[in-house]
Amino acid sequence: MSSAAHLEYVLRLADNALILGQRLSEWTGHAPVLEEELALANMALDLIGQSRLLLSHAGRLEGAGRDEDHLAFLRTDQQYRNLTLVELPNGDFGRTVVRNFLFSAFQEPLWEALRSSLDADLAAIAEKSLKEARYHARHSAEWVVRLGDGTDESHARSQSALDYLWPYTTEFFTEDSVDTEVAAAGLGVGCAALRLRWEAAVHPVLMEATLAVPAPTAFRSRGKIGTHSEHLGHILAEMQHLQRAHPGAHW
Amino acid sequence: MQRKEWPLWEVFIRSRNGLDHKHCGSVHAPDAPMALQAARDVYTRRQEGVSIWVVRADQIHASDPDAKPELFDPADDKIYRHPTFYKLPDEVDHM
Repeated sequence: MSSAAHLEYVLRLADNALILGQRLSEWTGHAPVLEEELALANMALDLIGQSRLLLSHAGRLEGAGRDEDHLAFLRTDQQYRNLTLVELPNGDFGRTVVRNFLFSAFQEPLWEALRSSLDADLAAIAEKSLKEARYHARHSAEWVVRLGDGTDESHARSQSALDYLWPYTTEFFTEDSVDTEVAAAGLGVGCAALRLRWEAAVHPVLMEATLAVPAPTAFRSRGKIGTHSEHLGHILAEMQHLQRAHPGAHW
Repeated sequence: MQRKEWPLWEVFIRSRNGLDHKHCGSVHAPDAPMALQAARDVYTRRQEGVSIWVVRADQIHASDPDAKPELFDPADDKIYRHPTFYKLPDEVDHM
């Protein structure tokens, strides 16, 4: 197996965590209630912690001397490998919650499986991240049920969030040569097995929330191969501003 | 428009080395499962706890602050109720 696919796979995991962590941190100071503000900030910090470990690991795999900061702050949007779903704007609280639910229900079986990756560093990161993803999945599922099966207003908003986000979840399971190679080498996980686990986690919650599962569409997002929506550039502009303006700055 | 506030829940945390749950604050939440999660997110961010209880604040009945004299002052002159006159062996912890 080429180490290029291995590196690419780790970068995808890292960028998913980093970009959603950055997105969720935007809620700080704006969440509807203090309790949920801390919950969102906690989740953002969990994800940024995961991304730091993964980016450092990616830097070591690459062997070109790039560290976590270099990879986070000095790559362009086309060099980012996150799923398009995680870069979409937060929208209202309902959309934020639904995205967290759809994403963490995907992360949970993914980390579970990656615990037995032949990449020992990745397996260790998976062990730590699994606990965090489990809590994120549980917390966001509780919210999805309460918003979906709540008032007319909260139901309408969470249904429209689901309709907006759902087409982007297809990308979770769009397998390319990177996925196939790392799965064959025992380093990563094939997408097909994850899809069954994800559906088994997501559908019962949506049913309890009285939310309708949107019909499949032909739309395919391609963030993980570096083709992003217009939103990623704006996140990076804010996130990378300091390192771009003052290269090597630290404090 | 009527404002519907979530009920208040009192939060009790048992720390890593602690023997009992101690009151540490309160959260607003719509129901018990969400109150537990809010308590986890607000009060255990710095490894404070290994177990959480939440109790709806309106389920707690408090003594009347004005009744302090008759409730508590009578104990003031019964110092013999304190076990401080006994020597404890070193092996006895948590007394």
